[in-house]
Amino acid sequence: MKEQDLGAGMNYLVSLPRRVVTVYVPLLVFLFVLLFPFYWMAITAIKPNAELLSTGGNPFWVIHPTLEHFEKLLLRTAYPSWMWNTMLIALISTFASLAASVFAAYAIERLRFRGSRHVGMAIFLAYLVPPSILFIPLATIVFQLGIFDSKWALILTYPTFLIPFSTWLLMGYFRSIPFELEECALIDGASRWQILVRIVLPLAVPGLISAGIFAFTLSWNEFLYALTFISSSEHKTVPVGVITELVEGDVYHWGALMAGALLGSLPVAILYSFFVEYYVAGMTGAVKE
Amino acid sequence: MHAPAASPPALLQPPLNRLLDNRGVLGLLFMLPAGLLLVLFLTYPLGLGVWLGFTDAQVGRPGQWIGVENYAYAVTDSVFRLSVWNTFLYTLIASVIKFGLGLWLALLLDEHIPFKAVVRAVVLLPFIVPTVLSAIAFWWIYDAQFSIISWTLSRLGLIDAYIDFLGDPVLARGSVIAANVWRGLPFIAICLLAGLQTIPPSLYEAAAIDGAGPWQKFWHVTLPMLSPIIAVVMTFSVLFTFTDFQLIWVLTRGGPINATHLMATLSFQRAIPGGALGEGAAIATAMIPFLLAAILFSYFGLQRRRWQQGTKD
Repeated sequence: MKEQDLGAGMNYLVSLPRRVVTVYVPLLVFLFVLLFPFYWMAITAIKPNAELLSTGGNPFWVIHPTLEHFEKLLLRTAYPSWMWNTMLIALISTFASLAASVFAAYAIERLRFRGSRHVGMAIFLAYLVPPSILFIPLATIVFQLGIFDSKWALILTYPTFLIPFSTWLLMGYFRSIPFELEECALIDGASRWQILVRIVLPLAVPGLISAGIFAFTLSWNEFLYALTFISSSEHKTVPVGVITELVEGDVYHWGALMAGALLGSLPVAILYSFFVEYYVAGMTGAVKE
Repeated sequence: MHAPAASPPALLQPPLNRLLDNRGVLGLLFMLPAGLLLVLFLTYPLGLGVWLGFTDAQVGRPGQWIGVENYAYAVTDSVFRLSVWNTFLYTLIASVIKFGLGLWLALLLDEHIPFKAVVRAVVLLPFIVPTVLSAIAFWWIYDAQFSIISWTLSRLGLIDAYIDFLGDPVLARGSVIAANVWRGLPFIAICLLAGLQTIPPSLYEAAAIDGAGPWQKFWHVTLPMLSPIIAVVMTFSVLFTFTDFQLIWVLTRGGPINATHLMATLSFQRAIPGGALGEGAAIATAMIPFLLAAILFSYFGLQRRRWQQGTKD
């Protein structure tokens, strides 16, 4: 109790009933609203169609849970290949962007070549360019390059929002590494490359993880480019596939849609749950710098 | 400044290594992968987009220069004007609600509560799952026949008929704003929480000694200390909301009667399914001045703040 009181600052001045009303009740309402759609997704995904479309009974609960929607999704649609595409595209574009960003951030932050400050500023501005104003010209470029409707269209365009973000984040991390370490290495005869690989990168591992996790979720969630550049079913990503292929005319297969939404959210949710702190550091770091 | 500062004697090194220790050369080399990708797929398309806005390009047909015709048409186009109005309305209302609720949630999370780490992690879930997929959940929640909200309200005896959330213009706007707030709120709350945690407790103690109540502490300590991060976070939030596409496309596709069409969705509809690349590009380009204004606003706001606080960081 003693420790809690210390940690709580001057909260001991506030009575418990008052805290219940001012803190716990609003917090529970927030949590309920923020989490309800996930519960609703999950419960719909395991409801048989008969229960989904009946007006009687309690819709908040399921009486005969079923896996038929998942079965339909995994066996009778191209969902597994969308999943595979999304995974592949997200992984390749994340790793490629990370590699490019490490070099760029190190050059801007530590090599301090002429004009590096301006390049740093330009990177930040590039981070603010939204996909909504780029997708039309990018579509014509992708078409001219002959990579329209292929995974390459997305692998090459996703770095446009991943590189600025990760470079900006890594610049902040590199800045926090003391100059003296590099100077020592220089005196000991290390080349710039050796300094980067043996000294800076090991120290920047948390930053690399943050940038990597964030970049992966960004590319997993991307929708506009994937919707514009991909037209054949077997090349689609999960978000595009679910919205364009699972909706047939006016008949909505809500069960399968929710199962698709749930499964498509799982990989990022699982990744996030393992690296919450890194993710938050990446998100707030990019904003705070 | 440009000579390699502390390299071993030049005689012992092959010329290539010497060259690689030069900041300019090495800097250029290190910038090359990122620079190439960004110039080819970001800077060039940005310019190309502006140029396309002045042409009558169609899908599969390179355009001819037609000057400001696309813009002249857009000004007379009632759908475009409605989309601009919608975009402003959507951005303004969603951002104000997100800021208010986000700040509140951040303050709540800053309290001493059980399972703090878990609660914080869970709060961010709406932000990390793919927007399109959570939008599908909202689509189902807003369904005209089977909406869970309608069901609950009718069981409580508050409504007689099911609400057609996405079929009525006013309700549809409210519904998409609610979904946007749901998704964006955690981002703002967690970023502001990070800001709150940097405020030294001694300031609150000093304020308490001076006899400040909770409101005065919030108004005279929390808010001023938080304002730089508020400016940055809200700039990001406004930019993302202003250019939003996914949520609208999934929930309403701009309907009913274009009531929820934003500039981004209209640009997509005209350019990709409609095939009028030039017109779509013009609509997209029309967003740029507003985005620049938002960026400059927060940039100069921050400058003023720094000048007031007297830090050079």
